[in-house]
Amino acid sequence: MLFFSLFKTLVGKEVTVELKNDLCISGALHSVDQYLNIKLTNTRVHNEQKYPHMMSVRNCFIRGSVVRYVHLPPGAVDVEVLHDATRREARGG
Amino acid sequence: MSGNDTKLTDLVGSQVTVITNDGKHYVGVLRGYDQTWNLLLQECQERVYSAKSGVQVIQNPGIYCIRGDNVAIVGEVDEEADGAVDLSAIRAAPLVPIRH
Repeated sequence: MLFFSLFKTLVGKEVTVELKNDLCISGALHSVDQYLNIKLTNTRVHNEQKYPHMMSVRNCFIRGSVVRYVHLPPGAVDVEVLHDATRREARGG
Repeated sequence: MSGNDTKLTDLVGSQVTVITNDGKHYVGVLRGYDQTWNLLLQECQERVYSAKSGVQVIQNPGIYCIRGDNVAIVGEVDEEADGAVDLSAIRAAPLVPIRH
């Protein structure tokens, strides 16, 4: 639940999603669900020369199971709050 | 969940692009889906990329059913932009498969 909550606080922010096939997609985080499936709007693929597959795609859904990393903008996460939430989760409630 | 939904509902009936875990690229009209991302695509074409020649389009007249656990990306196609793309001029290596 912790990561789901974390991603919900990031809705609207600009993120970069790196997939397990090395594809990197940047866009505004539109929504996220319990499986950490991600919807991005206004997407842009890094290295479009090599990856022309998504040239005519502006909004996309990414399955949570194929995400390797999500790069977050600096300062988007309040580390203190995350710290406390992590401890609370570890205690089991 | 509040406001924004991670649901494919809005895409039903429109042109979508699907990239599968084995690196294949399909473009078709989304006719149906379920909660595990099983997809039904009508008038579906597979686009085969090659570094040496242009994109080869394999048109399927029927309906494709793609199992959800094999789906990596579902993208909304801007049909105007897609129509303007000259597929025969694109040179790109095929996508590598997803490696978990």
